[in-house]
Amino acid sequence: MGKNKPPAKYSAAGLLWRGLRKQSWPRVWREPEFKNSYDVVIIGGGVHGLATAYYLAANHGITDIAVVDRAYLGSGGSGRNTAIVRSNYLTPEGVAFYDRSLDLYKSMSNDLNLNVMFSERGHLTLAHTDSALRTMHWRAEVNKLQGIDSSVIDPAEIKRLTPSLDVSTNTRYPIMGALYHPPGGTIRHDAVVWGYARGADAYGVDLFQQTEVLDILTEGDHGSGRVTGVRTNKGDISTPIVVNCTAGWASTISAMVDVQLPITTHPLQAAVTEPVKTFLPTVVVSGSLHVYVSQTDRGELVFGASVDPVATYNMGGTLEFTEELASHVLELMPGISKMRLLRQWAGLCDMTPDYSPVMGPTPVAGFYVDVGWGTYGFKAGPVSGEQMAACVATGETPHLIKPFELSRFTEGNLVGEKGAAAVGH
Amino acid sequence: MLLVPCPNCGPRNAADLSYNGESRPRPDPQTCSPEEWRTYLYLRDNPSGWLVESWYCSSGCRKHFTIERHTLTGELRTPILPGSKPGATKGSTK
Repeated sequence: MGKNKPPAKYSAAGLLWRGLRKQSWPRVWREPEFKNSYDVVIIGGGVHGLATAYYLAANHGITDIAVVDRAYLGSGGSGRNTAIVRSNYLTPEGVAFYDRSLDLYKSMSNDLNLNVMFSERGHLTLAHTDSALRTMHWRAEVNKLQGIDSSVIDPAEIKRLTPSLDVSTNTRYPIMGALYHPPGGTIRHDAVVWGYARGADAYGVDLFQQTEVLDILTEGDHGSGRVTGVRTNKGDISTPIVVNCTAGWASTISAMVDVQLPITTHPLQAAVTEPVKTFLPTVVVSGSLHVYVSQTDRGELVFGASVDPVATYNMGGTLEFTEELASHVLELMPGISKMRLLRQWAGLCDMTPDYSPVMGPTPVAGFYVDVGWGTYGFKAGPVSGEQMAACVATGETPHLIKPFELSRFTEGNLVGEKGAAAVGH
Repeated sequence: MLLVPCPNCGPRNAADLSYNGESRPRPDPQTCSPEEWRTYLYLRDNPSGWLVESWYCSSGCRKHFTIERHTLTGELRTPILPGSKPGATKGSTK
């Protein structure tokens, strides 16, 4: 068991002191001994899994938790996304949810004693057609009603905010306006993973990397019954509660307890250029052109696109993606045609039919899911951790995630967030 | 690039075809319960391994067909047109 207090603060004085004395840095989290019994086992050591562990410990005093990951912490979508956060969604459920997430991100550096480099730089969603512009107005009004800073701006204002965008009218996809969301921005995603891992570890949560779950042990009937434990490549763990936070691999874990999910796994590709001087002050998204772009603090441009159309667990990159990306980005910013791409990669997205997550209990007692996050899981990491922790600790589904229960698919109550989540980032 | 062997047209770039996803038996909408129908509509096996899926040769012969694909390695096998025998390939379906 750990010390049950938040981790020590990093400081400039500490940096200088260690630097002068040439001390090595202590490990950020322990390498714990494998126990064969825990109160809660969380499968998946990404933002969602670690945040759930952290808030179970911090908010509910449950610290006998194991987080297991097949690879290393943050090796899945948490380390592969394009680190954009925003809360200008379309449905009231979505808006309320992501806004809480943005609040948690804003105070995260203080809460976790680790600088997550939140850059609240503003988020532009471009409209290239009349119908897109109408949707922007709709979203802006829904957002304003919920108290979210969001408005529709004209091309002159877009040019003022982001001079490198081509707002002329003689292009194939002229920019007719944009939804401007000032609180949106970027965060260093690795720091979020490490911050939650460090925080959870300080409360005594055991983090196991390179620990693959081979089976989930249950008693009772298949597809209902009750969870009794988890079989891993390092041995069996007995536990009454298992939380599935495995994003793209969610279906393979749920299949172990015969819970069928409304999920297909699609790769989403992203790419990064060489670093250049800062010229792009906002996050720019174009739904029609299937592209979003932001500039990192180091100066690289990070691009993302929509998910690949064919379901696969293969994370290889394709030339089609690079070609399409380049042509679309140059439509928006002809000035960067000489920039070179450094690398491209892919992450697995667990897509649901209504572009909304699946959270909460399942027909198998003790088996909880926090999956179906598709292309927007990173933005929602903190709030899903907080709400899943409340769900697991109290046994009741909090009202914020009630609309996202698995039962909505067989009951026919889909949430319908496609208008704002299909491509927009 | 994924080369999908259409039973009529032979190997084609996946971008030339429409992907319909997991192939599963459709319950009779007249007699099934709403739950059964929604299960058919929304729930998926989504395995990491061999999957029987449905494609539509939208810019070729415009036929639907099923094929087995390994969702991790991208390997493809046994393309079948509905109503034909398993293993039928280009030229042998008519």
